[in-house]
Amino acid sequence: MRSIHLTPRFWVAASLVIFTLLVGLLGPLIIHVDPHATIGGLYDKPSGRSIGMWLGTDNAGQSVISNLVNGVRTSLFIGLVAGAISTVIGLVFGLVAGFQGGILDDILMGVTNIGLAIPSIVVVILLADALNGSTSFTLAMVIGITGWPWTARAVRAQATSIRNREHIDVARLSGARWVSILLWDVLPYLLSYVVMAFVLQMSGAILAEAAISMLGLGASGSVSLGIMLYWSLAWGSVRTGAWWAFLPPTLMLTLIAFSLLLLQSSLDEVFNPRLRRGRSRRRLAAVAAGTQAAVPTAAIVEPVLEGDRS
Amino acid sequence: MDFAKYLGRKAIWYVIALFVALLLNFLLPRLIPGNPVDTIVSQMARGGGASGEQMKAIYAHYMQQFGLDKPMWEQFLVYLGHLAHGNLGTSFSQYPTSVNSLVAQALPWSIAIQLPAILIGWVVGNLIGAVAAYRGGWFDKGAFVGSLFASSMPYYCLAIVLLFVVGVHFGFLPIGGGYSLGLTPNLSPSFFGDAITYWWLPFWSLVIIFVGGQAVGMRSMAIYELGSDYVNYGRGLGLGDGRIVRYIFRNAMLPQITGLALSIGGMIGGALVTELVFSYPGIGTLLFSAISTNDYPLFSSITLLITLAVLAANFCVEIAYGIIDPRIRAAHSGER
Repeated sequence: MRSIHLTPRFWVAASLVIFTLLVGLLGPLIIHVDPHATIGGLYDKPSGRSIGMWLGTDNAGQSVISNLVNGVRTSLFIGLVAGAISTVIGLVFGLVAGFQGGILDDILMGVTNIGLAIPSIVVVILLADALNGSTSFTLAMVIGITGWPWTARAVRAQATSIRNREHIDVARLSGARWVSILLWDVLPYLLSYVVMAFVLQMSGAILAEAAISMLGLGASGSVSLGIMLYWSLAWGSVRTGAWWAFLPPTLMLTLIAFSLLLLQSSLDEVFNPRLRRGRSRRRLAAVAAGTQAAVPTAAIVEPVLEGDRS
Repeated sequence: MDFAKYLGRKAIWYVIALFVALLLNFLLPRLIPGNPVDTIVSQMARGGGASGEQMKAIYAHYMQQFGLDKPMWEQFLVYLGHLAHGNLGTSFSQYPTSVNSLVAQALPWSIAIQLPAILIGWVVGNLIGAVAAYRGGWFDKGAFVGSLFASSMPYYCLAIVLLFVVGVHFGFLPIGGGYSLGLTPNLSPSFFGDAITYWWLPFWSLVIIFVGGQAVGMRSMAIYELGSDYVNYGRGLGLGDGRIVRYIFRNAMLPQITGLALSIGGMIGGALVTELVFSYPGIGTLLFSAISTNDYPLFSSITLLITLAVLAANFCVEIAYGIIDPRIRAAHSGER
């Protein structure tokens, strides 16, 4: 697969994502402290006394580091579940609407446009409040079923453009069933896009969960980054300068959001050569050095433009 | 009449969306098992303070106001009737204050931190993005990674960090609330001078994030336009740099203007958690207290208000697009 060009940005993003995955997956196994157990007083300072005290204690005397690693695990879990739900719904709606067209398209896109117009944070707040005492799984479901409309619209746009290609006609003529055309002849063209949409959905869901928890609608009895922030704000850890209680979840949320967005934008570069600038710049240098003969004529168009800009 | 048809179609969709939003706002809070009025009144009774007589009066008032003894569809009509008169109901937690007056008190604070942040952030962000795309090189690299980081940082995380570093650690600015204790909000210069010190931190926490988001969007739009056919053609004709740049930015601006309109529409609900972090007396803090006190009339009024603003902004954008861009009109009147 020589055509896949992995940029340095991709490797930075991938290693940050792998780091958060390791914190969420291995962290709770290494930090073997119950996040609900009281191991100290109100906002005890961090100390090396025991593994649970590395980041001190929170407002309830619980170990911050244990809450942190378990919170990362919950947040990742919510992101994966919610991201998968909204990507699947959006993909199915968009594929069917775009490929089928006609009245089905009108109905599905009508629903999608209504879903897009109503702010999803409001629906999440209303649903989370109506569920009254949700678990992290129900919260993930709620976030998942409100996040799909923009994926559906984007997938539909791409599916419509593929509908009229020749290989679809060939598949039809050879008697392939509707579902198999969708899965084998349309879906592969969208896969790169779907992967990127999933990454964005995941990061959106993790942030939505944190915001919902901070508003006081979090999953009761569970440990998540948003719930840690909720308690640390409610008990004034920022005001009293107890940085170990609020800074770790804040930085962890930032790291998760940043690494996922960076991953998405670097995947975009990998899949979409138009956005790749580094290589064309190198080609440009070659042009400038008077080695035009080495550059295929088709490739010159773009570098010329960039040359004028810089 | 192409445009009238387009407008009519859009209007029908938005009326449907509005109806769905109203239905969600009406139905979801009522999905909770048990009668909300029972819960609230028993909570008030447990809290003490109100006598039996008062309790009965409050109970009767709520039952009558929500028409909870009537069937669902009739309740929905009552709800719509109240809304049509601009009556959002009476707050549970701050009885007998009306929801209208609570919201009217909070709304200016939210707008005061959001609107300047959106406008300034939009201008600065677009400038940075455009220059980064055009100049390329180290400026582009630095601006892009910086903007990407700023735009991906959750806005409340930056708020917490700023509050801690600037407000608590260095003590430059006050750390919470909208104005000093003991003052009452009014339009005098002395109150304004006091409130502005509380305003800086929430403002900065929002504007930095917004600049980042706009810069990333503008940069990728401009890069896309730089590689498009009409630019090649213009270069081939030997057009000057200045003119081509003007064409590029006019095209790249279109989605950015949409973004601006939508952010202004989403303003009310855009920074709920920021206000919580700074205990700023806006809509977010009001929503938080409504959630923690189970104040349903207040709670669903705020969610409704956020929805209405977003719907209105979306609708305006669609109309504006219909006027500006003939391709969109054509796409909607039949042929794809």
